[in-house]
Amino acid sequence: MSILLTHPCPSPTPGGGPLPLTNSLILLGEGRTLGQEMRNKRPHSEEAAQTCFWPIRITSKLPDTMVHFTTEEKAAVASLWAKVNVEVVGGESLARLLIVCPWTQRFFDSFGNLYSESAIMGNPKVKVYGRKVLNSFGNAIKHMDDLKGTFADLSELHCDKLHVDPENFRLLGNMILIVLATHFSKEFTPQMQAAWQKLTNAVANALTHKYH
Amino acid sequence: MAPADRAAVLALWRKLGTNVGIYTTEALERTFVAFPSSKTYFLHLNLSPGSAQVAAHGQKVADALSLAVNHLDDLPGTLSYLRELHTHKLRVDPVFFKLLCHCLLVTLARHYPGDFSPNMHASLVKFLNHVISALAPSSG
Repeated sequence: MSILLTHPCPSPTPGGGPLPLTNSLILLGEGRTLGQEMRNKRPHSEEAAQTCFWPIRITSKLPDTMVHFTTEEKAAVASLWAKVNVEVVGGESLARLLIVCPWTQRFFDSFGNLYSESAIMGNPKVKVYGRKVLNSFGNAIKHMDDLKGTFADLSELHCDKLHVDPENFRLLGNMILIVLATHFSKEFTPQMQAAWQKLTNAVANALTHKYH
Repeated sequence: MAPADRAAVLALWRKLGTNVGIYTTEALERTFVAFPSSKTYFLHLNLSPGSAQVAAHGQKVADALSLAVNHLDDLPGTLSYLRELHTHKLRVDPVFFKLLCHCLLVTLARHYPGDFSPNMHASLVKFLNHVISALAPSSG
């Protein structure tokens, strides 16, 4: 995403006077400029067309960050992640989701036996898929400053192909936290929980970002 | 609640014994740290870690949950006075109860990992959802 900047500076045009918006060189990204956009979508009034902007060319895309993680939060998340067995925690998190929130089983019809706690916990497809989901969290941890970009493709997949209600992302995030609490009771302080809570919420939001 | 869920929650509560207040207090502290906006309901208390006032409120929550565990057949009736208090006097957003219950689950999972099987987890979620329904109006 590019961001439009305006600058309260005097006009650069010789002899002064406003620079029409339709001449603006402000870059919107993907090769488009504000001037082109305004020429394509004519404003309703001349007054609007004459709105003055000092053209500032944005040459680099700014990161799309809605969530800011502090240095301490990133360090806390990374320190616990280093100890996580992705297969065990991922598999158990997904299994708990399927057991505690049974409606989620509808997304996994092809997984075979999901009829009891022991069947779900022992189901090899649940373990494989759980590991896949938790590996994507590992990817999130490497890109905590651009979760929306990191999860853009997965967001489209979950919306367009899998039709998953976004509330389920939050539920799975909470399952991951509970599994981490059972495995790391000493390390899972309130501050550690808060950092991971922020991460799972941010991942859930990033996964929802492309929904329409 | 199904008999198996009731039995599971009752058994766990017996195991927690007189320590329920310790865990509900920790759940409150976790809620304040993970979800800071929840502190809005407790600005009259000292919210620093280890606060005796938070512990006192934690004990009240524990007593209410223990009452609920022993009256699973009539939660709305049993908790009606608390519903009145939290809805009309304190005007607590029902979302807060969900956050507190999640932090209580994290707390219990931490302290009793061996008891916190997925089935136990599911039974506790059902119990806490019943408590929330009795305590707070549903949205919409």
